[in-house]
Amino acid sequence: MPIYLPIAEVVVNPFTLVALGGIVGLMSGLFGVGGGFLITPLLFFIGIPPPIAVATGANQVVASSVSGVLAHVKRKTVDFRMGLVLLVGGLVGSWLGVMVFNILQRIGQVDLAVQLCYVVFLGLIGLMMLQESLRALRRSRQVSAPRRRLHEHMWVHRWPLKMKFRSSGLYISVIPPLLVGLAVGVLAAIMGVGGGFIMVPAMIYLLGMPTKVVIGTSLFQITFVTAFTTLMHAVSYNTVDVMLALLLILGGVVGAQIGTTLGAKLRAEQLRILLALLVLAVCGKLALDLFLTPDDLYMIATGVR
Amino acid sequence: MARWKPIAIGMAALALLAVVTLAAAQMAGPTPEEQAAEARAQSDAARATPDSEPADFPLYPDPGRPREVVPENEAEAPEKVVAGLSSDAVSITTNFDGSDILIYGAVKRETPIPKNAPLQVIVTVEGPAQPLTVWRKERKVGIWINAERVRIGAAPGFYAVATTGPLNQILLPEWDERFRISIPLAMRAFAGPVEVSDTVPFTQALIRLREQSGLYRLDQGSVTLTEETLFRANIQLPANLIEGDYKTRIFLLRDGQVVDVYRAPIEVRKVGLERWLYRLAFDWPFIYGLMSLAVAVIAGWGASTAFRLLRRG
Repeated sequence: MPIYLPIAEVVVNPFTLVALGGIVGLMSGLFGVGGGFLITPLLFFIGIPPPIAVATGANQVVASSVSGVLAHVKRKTVDFRMGLVLLVGGLVGSWLGVMVFNILQRIGQVDLAVQLCYVVFLGLIGLMMLQESLRALRRSRQVSAPRRRLHEHMWVHRWPLKMKFRSSGLYISVIPPLLVGLAVGVLAAIMGVGGGFIMVPAMIYLLGMPTKVVIGTSLFQITFVTAFTTLMHAVSYNTVDVMLALLLILGGVVGAQIGTTLGAKLRAEQLRILLALLVLAVCGKLALDLFLTPDDLYMIATGVR
Repeated sequence: MARWKPIAIGMAALALLAVVTLAAAQMAGPTPEEQAAEARAQSDAARATPDSEPADFPLYPDPGRPREVVPENEAEAPEKVVAGLSSDAVSITTNFDGSDILIYGAVKRETPIPKNAPLQVIVTVEGPAQPLTVWRKERKVGIWINAERVRIGAAPGFYAVATTGPLNQILLPEWDERFRISIPLAMRAFAGPVEVSDTVPFTQALIRLREQSGLYRLDQGSVTLTEETLFRANIQLPANLIEGDYKTRIFLLRDGQVVDVYRAPIEVRKVGLERWLYRLAFDWPFIYGLMSLAVAVIAGWGASTAFRLLRRG
């Protein structure tokens, strides 16, 4: 029972889309990532035109992150104050990113830039997380594990405009979270993702937030940044396919709930290893695409508006 | 609990706003903008008919050659096509899965059947044209990137040619060029300055890729012709059809020359929910965007609530 998507003008199997949404939703609930970095390439594979995949992917991320963030709100694992600071940076960054995207489009290198961004960022973050979480896992196995200090003084703690983030137990300058939000916003707009896979490690390693509030807070910020992105895409390029989004969402929200429940039962170190491996796998696939000789050297790009 | 209440209220307000604006949009009926857009679309379609284009457009595969204006000898033709289509409109609905169009007809003539050469029939169906870019990847510093491109001003989104026999045997090249019958000639024009030395591999790749995806089709020998008078052709329209005004052409040929042409439009339109969403997305993009967000938020919130209740109950 294939169905016709009104905006994408493509015929697809709805069950494939629901399943796809489900898998990505699971990731979302489990790791606090929006899942955009998975959904966008997967939509390419089933023949959805790239601009529509990016815009609709953002819309699907809204649903799965709302679903995930509500579950975290219940468990009081969202730092709203930190989330708002990150969001301010994120919205500015998203707007900047759209400008960069337009410039890249004009010089015809958007595909390459997006792919390179994916490879570089996924690779770096994946390796960093894997190394960190393996070390953490080793530490936790030792009998007399040296206890990590609750509050480490790093360079970011000497900056001005300090603010209390009670839920995170932090008293730091607002500048680092603003910058993290901004950077994630820029990348989110260029790569068509929520940016969770960048933000989660940045919150842990750069801001020093406790792992238990990181995922909820990340989802909180992602919800609003992707909502903003969806709206911008809908207004300026008419590339949001609500029918496609709905099918992805159907699977996604259910997956997100299962993921959140599962996440509460698993240990943080194991979760981080899983996420690191996943990030590295996606990175490896994209890197191969860049290096291996493609099946067809030619490519048709339509819909140049 | 109290901390997330404002968010919940905000989300509910967003959803409510979207629903209200939606309802208002639906009740308002066609707006001046909508009518203007409709008129624009119609005039675009009129301009897009192949024989009313400016003559100085460069052509594939010979970009330098000006286009011939074809005088149609309508009154003189000794043999004329009388044809019909099984349907002159295709409706795209949610479960649209492609469509078959039966094109049938007869040859009307006052004089006996000429004995010199057998009659041949070619049927073409052409979808609306779009601009596109063909990229060629090249290996630079170890990675494959889009290096060279050819931009084509207008290439049909769908083009099917059905014939009574091998195209190169029943159609002379100069007549092909006049009426642009074969697939390579369906490409209208290059857009902007041509940046590569040889465009042929690019246009060949375009045709190859589009043939692979079923958007361009050459079905030689698929038109059945009985007694040099009755003919029928079955054209398959693919599932991933683009909305627009499709054009059917039926050519009668003798000795490789076109003796008569018959043209008929096929209207491919989205209907029902498909049409409503499409119009909303293009005419009211902001409301459409809000609606998409409302769908996402309601689904996310709904799932979260449902799961909470499930766990409790």
